[in-house]
Amino acid sequence: MRFSLGALVELLGPALLVIVVGLLATTASASNEVYFLNALVSVAIVVAIYVFVGISGVLSFGQISFVAVGAFAAGVMTVPVESKKGVLTTIFPILRDHSVGNVPSLLLAAALGGVFAFVVGMPLMRLSGLAAGIATFAVLEITHNVLREWTKIGPGATTLALVPETTGALQATLGALVAIVVAFLYQRSRRGRLLRASREDPAVARSVGVNIHLERLLAFTVSGALAGFAGALYVHLLGSITTEQVYLELTFLTLAMLVIGGLTSLWGAVVGALAVSGLDSFLSRAEQSDVHVIFTFTLWQGTRLVFLAAIMALVLILRPSGLTGGREFRLRWLRRR
Amino acid sequence: MSVLASIDLQTLGDAFGLGAIYALMAVGIGLVFGVLRLVNFAYGQLIMAGAYTLAYTSGWPVAASIVSCFAVVVALSLAMDRVVFRPLRSSSPAVMLVTTFAIAFLLQAVALIIDLRDGQLGEVASSIAPLNQAVSVGGVDVRKVTFVAVGVALGALIALALVLTRTTIGLHTRAAASDFRTARLLGVRANRVIAFAVVVSGLLAGAVAVLLTVQNPFVQPDFALEDTIIVLVGVVVGGIDRLWTATLGGFAIGFVSVLVNAALPTDQTVFLPSVVYALVIVVLLLRPAGLFAWGRRAAMERV
Repeated sequence: MRFSLGALVELLGPALLVIVVGLLATTASASNEVYFLNALVSVAIVVAIYVFVGISGVLSFGQISFVAVGAFAAGVMTVPVESKKGVLTTIFPILRDHSVGNVPSLLLAAALGGVFAFVVGMPLMRLSGLAAGIATFAVLEITHNVLREWTKIGPGATTLALVPETTGALQATLGALVAIVVAFLYQRSRRGRLLRASREDPAVARSVGVNIHLERLLAFTVSGALAGFAGALYVHLLGSITTEQVYLELTFLTLAMLVIGGLTSLWGAVVGALAVSGLDSFLSRAEQSDVHVIFTFTLWQGTRLVFLAAIMALVLILRPSGLTGGREFRLRWLRRR
Repeated sequence: MSVLASIDLQTLGDAFGLGAIYALMAVGIGLVFGVLRLVNFAYGQLIMAGAYTLAYTSGWPVAASIVSCFAVVVALSLAMDRVVFRPLRSSSPAVMLVTTFAIAFLLQAVALIIDLRDGQLGEVASSIAPLNQAVSVGGVDVRKVTFVAVGVALGALIALALVLTRTTIGLHTRAAASDFRTARLLGVRANRVIAFAVVVSGLLAGAVAVLLTVQNPFVQPDFALEDTIIVLVGVVVGGIDRLWTATLGGFAIGFVSVLVNAALPTDQTVFLPSVVYALVIVVLLLRPAGLFAWGRRAAMERV
């Protein structure tokens, strides 16, 4: 693949933004650092969702199932063997007696997410519209139910703790960058363009020989792998996790990030994730104590969610095509006229 | 035979009761979808607001309490239409849906703040609880609310069917639901039709609030959230393009969940959601346009 300068700018915009956030994380105080890291992991998750939902135009509520699988796989496999015997007593012996390091756990999560998405996608990718939305939602419900109740593969309804907290500023930044680069390469490739064509007009795409089912399945698999990877980043950031943290609320929040940024562009996914997490962090700081930005902010206890939801709704009503208008990042002066 | 044996009259009664409530919710969601093409995820929060009204007016006479519940829910439903749905009318389905997520979270967060003023989570709506007592019918204990639910659902559906087929506003609504632009060109007033759909859907949410509060008088900010999600699934599985297929879908998913719950071995009932949602996936794959949408294949739009 060869890229023009304009194409590289499309990649550099989101990449530089993520690197700046990563650098800010290293200069922030210990209590503030977690906000930046959270934002970077959100970028990875939202970019994973974008790869399927944004490029194919098919709504999916199921991508967080792959985040959940990745998070729990990476989490269970990195708890040190000696502590596992005490806390994860019910799981299969083979899982109990082995542990892996940080990087293998990220790869394992990506592989599992991809395989799971491929298997689920084979039948489901024939659907589109609301039927696809509901069917993928059903996948989320089943994944959550099984992870929560089947104690042979994980901690069940209890908290999975003692996961090494390896997602620092470096890993979060690199992780978000990996997601962005993979998404960029995919959407610039022939397969990505075929899928995008099928989003714009399925009938025409089919008439020129695009196998929509196959293209969607490929995007769903790539998205699943990235989501699993992002889930691993997430669990290594939190250090402990429950099934409720990778369920409905995260699904709605990440979808809202994507739509607020602009559903149809990688730049939109990154901007949306950073804008909403930034707003959320700002509001939770303001709820704890005064925040000085030009004038002093203090939020009444418990009003953070009210403001967050109201601002999200307001942005969607005023700018339905998202903050970026669904366009990729461009530098005006580099564009030939 | 063990599966069939465990489905007794008791279970059937419960299944009809839950199915009836879900059918009412399905009509409320389906009506608004028909005219606005908008999947209202915040429908559950209307019901939640009604339930809180019932809880906070527990000291009042039962009739006054129920009337105020309806008033609050209808007012909120109209406000939602005016402030949120109207500016979004020309937006894409994804934007509309995500905005209703945001509204749902907003209302839940507001409810949490109001609820926590007394320092503890949850309020109890006690005044209408007596309906939850059981009566014995032919040796089977059936809760009174089951009869009320089935009765209210049948009554509301028949009344709505009459309004939709016998009145001008009903005719306009059906015309708008099948083709909004053409209907407007022919003189149907958009805002009136939408206001009608929104008010009726609010009234149905009020009724559901009363019925659900009887069964579960402990009201919390996520009241009816899970039910709304299941009904939304049921509506799409049944066929969201038509009101009656949507209603049947809502009924079916409530009915089937109770039956599956009874059929599962006791130590496996925790996997009820997996079984129900696996059924949902199978049905969607076999009939993507809707389980009850007979005679129409989903055709791809021609160029």
